[in-house]
Amino acid sequence: MRHSLVRPVLVSAVLFMAVTGIAYPLASTGIATVLFPRQAAGSLVRRGDAVLGSAVLGQDFHTPRYFHPRPSATSDQPYNAASSGASNLGPTSAKLRDTVRDRVAAFRKENSLADNAPVPVDAVTASGSGLDPDISLANAYAQAARVAAARHLSLDEINTLIDRQTQGRQLALLGEPRVNVLALNLALDSAR
Amino acid sequence: MSIDIAQFVLLLVLMASLVVVAGRWLTHVLTTGGDWLPERIGYRLLGINSKAGMDWKAYGLALVLSNAAMLLLGYLILRMQSWLPFDALHRAAQTPDLVFNTAASFITNTNWQSYSGESSLSNFSQMAVITFLMTVSAASGIAGCAAFIRGLAQREARDVGNYWVDFSRIIWRLLLPVCLVLSVVYVWQGMPQTLASAVDATTLEGATQHIVTGPVASLEAIKHIGTNGGGFFGANAAHPFENPTPLTNLLHMLAMFLIPSALTYAFGRMLSRRAQGWAFLAAFIVMFVGFLAVEYPAERAGTPMFASLSVDQTPGALQPGGNMEGKEMRFGIAQTSVFVAVTTAATTGSVNAMHDSLTPVGGMVPLFLMMLNDVFGGVGVGFINLVSFAILTVFLVGMMIGRTPEFLGKKIEAREMKLVMLAVLAHPFCILGFTALAALWPGAASSLGNAGPHGFSELIYAYTSGTANNGSAFGGLNANTPFYNTTIGLAMLLGRYFTLLPMMAVAGSLAVKRTVPESQGTLPTATPLFTVLLIFVIVVVGGLTFLPSLALGPIVEHLSMAAGQFF
Repeated sequence: MRHSLVRPVLVSAVLFMAVTGIAYPLASTGIATVLFPRQAAGSLVRRGDAVLGSAVLGQDFHTPRYFHPRPSATSDQPYNAASSGASNLGPTSAKLRDTVRDRVAAFRKENSLADNAPVPVDAVTASGSGLDPDISLANAYAQAARVAAARHLSLDEINTLIDRQTQGRQLALLGEPRVNVLALNLALDSAR
Repeated sequence: MSIDIAQFVLLLVLMASLVVVAGRWLTHVLTTGGDWLPERIGYRLLGINSKAGMDWKAYGLALVLSNAAMLLLGYLILRMQSWLPFDALHRAAQTPDLVFNTAASFITNTNWQSYSGESSLSNFSQMAVITFLMTVSAASGIAGCAAFIRGLAQREARDVGNYWVDFSRIIWRLLLPVCLVLSVVYVWQGMPQTLASAVDATTLEGATQHIVTGPVASLEAIKHIGTNGGGFFGANAAHPFENPTPLTNLLHMLAMFLIPSALTYAFGRMLSRRAQGWAFLAAFIVMFVGFLAVEYPAERAGTPMFASLSVDQTPGALQPGGNMEGKEMRFGIAQTSVFVAVTTAATTGSVNAMHDSLTPVGGMVPLFLMMLNDVFGGVGVGFINLVSFAILTVFLVGMMIGRTPEFLGKKIEAREMKLVMLAVLAHPFCILGFTALAALWPGAASSLGNAGPHGFSELIYAYTSGTANNGSAFGGLNANTPFYNTTIGLAMLLGRYFTLLPMMAVAGSLAVKRTVPESQGTLPTATPLFTVLLIFVIVVVGGLTFLPSLALGPIVEHLSMAAGQFF
């Protein structure tokens, strides 16, 4: 009986590797590329021939004239799309407490907020992927005055842009209302 | 808050409505005669007689040996990665201890990862090793469960089915069609599916962003359908490429629940005991809802740390609020906390937020769900674990009322109880033994990412996840050392085969028994009363076994957090 197992054991490993490890992903790639070529390639955002980023990935912004994304804990640099990751620090971590304290101070300073002004939690916490493309509406509105000043636009114009770029809950139910930072910043650039 | 509850209800309603459809199809796959063309070709290549039955030993041996061969094949491909195609990034092969850990992890349906996918694996390895092992480990689990169910249904005979037939049919008729459709839906929502390894972007501020891509959607589909859980990227399903929208998050969860819940229905049909199937499903759902009811408020309340720094964590129309460290904005608190519960209940191990950054109570829920290992559970084995606890419940209650315990018309005797206890005890023995070893092993503590009780939670989480074949992690632990790679690798193998094989032996032993007619002394097992007893036994046995270790980790951490202590 044992002898008779050798062939099916070996053949099934190779056969199903070929079917499930090669044929299936290639078939999926083929269908996806025909039906949804933009998404299959990574939802790339282009301006002319240049690739500006991916519509579903966050990217780093730190100049005052752009909206800033959430803090990112990816290695080497923030929003490193070749090395996703998080702080993995828990709520009793002294290191996390000190980091968040510094972020709160920095957020208030760059947005000229009062010393005791509450800061939206997503603006001072790193996301799970380090590539979160979105910020909360509270975070966007808190940054609006800074962006308006840097671009010599009125606060109303900026707030209108935020409202226009706000993504509601999917199917009116799922997830959270949010603003995609790259889309908002692209809209800012084309508003000028 | 009501919109959060509505999202939970939607998930449960959709899950429940898929039970009948998927359960019927699963029953068809496992019971009807007639082979499809690719199956017939496969049987000819394998050189097997598809009509021949197997007893539980032959079935189990075929399962273990074919798993071993696939593990070896995966090992070889990973070691040879640098000579294989589809990698413009020239990623080097993993070290031998890491490859052992990876191959063991994926063949046991654990999908623990001591590496980051985007920096360590080529697209070819992601397909030919990871996607391949994900599919076959899921198929093996479902096949094992099918044999187990047939053993329970059998009367005075040894035949529990043919492993090769079950395995082939599950792949051709269930996993591949569902995954192919799901992967295309995933791409529509924004997941990449390409053979290109990377794209360089120049951001609006002029910096270069190196974007890693690949065949993500096909991997994500089987990852969730097969309750596997290993990520294409290091950040797993928190990565926008692995989980771009709240809709994909919902589909991930439905996919994880699909087969574990359908198995209860298939079980009811195959034994002609429909009510028993529903009773088991009810036990799953009641426990799941109970754990979700702890998880969600814990994360929504946020942390005293944020409050003390005057961070605004109040949920409202403009922000989800709560403990957002390690979470993604598109999922907020609701879609994250329900995902945490689903992924550890169904022992998938896919994560859409970093569990290491959960609140102490929020982190204890996934830990305890994996310790129980039978609230839905992984494809196939979760159901088997639930039945082992059902037999234990019948036994305990039988002792209380002074009758010989019977289950599904079969007498439960000493041999079955010994095997059930072996399966029930192997799990905590493995978790607590390895955790104790790691706590004492010189140098092992230097891998911890957090200090204080949270560091201990990282340790016990790692071995619980490995043994329960979950694969999620408290990611602060640097597990890529020879010690952790080897011990977690062993925990995964022991946790898989020391629950699966003893329970297949139980099924084999019950198969040859006569059916005894129900009498006044028979405890009916398809009643709400029995379901309550079953949940009670699961929670009490799990609680008594693991409470001391939970007290050293999350419970102490919760008290420290409330006292304003930092580490």
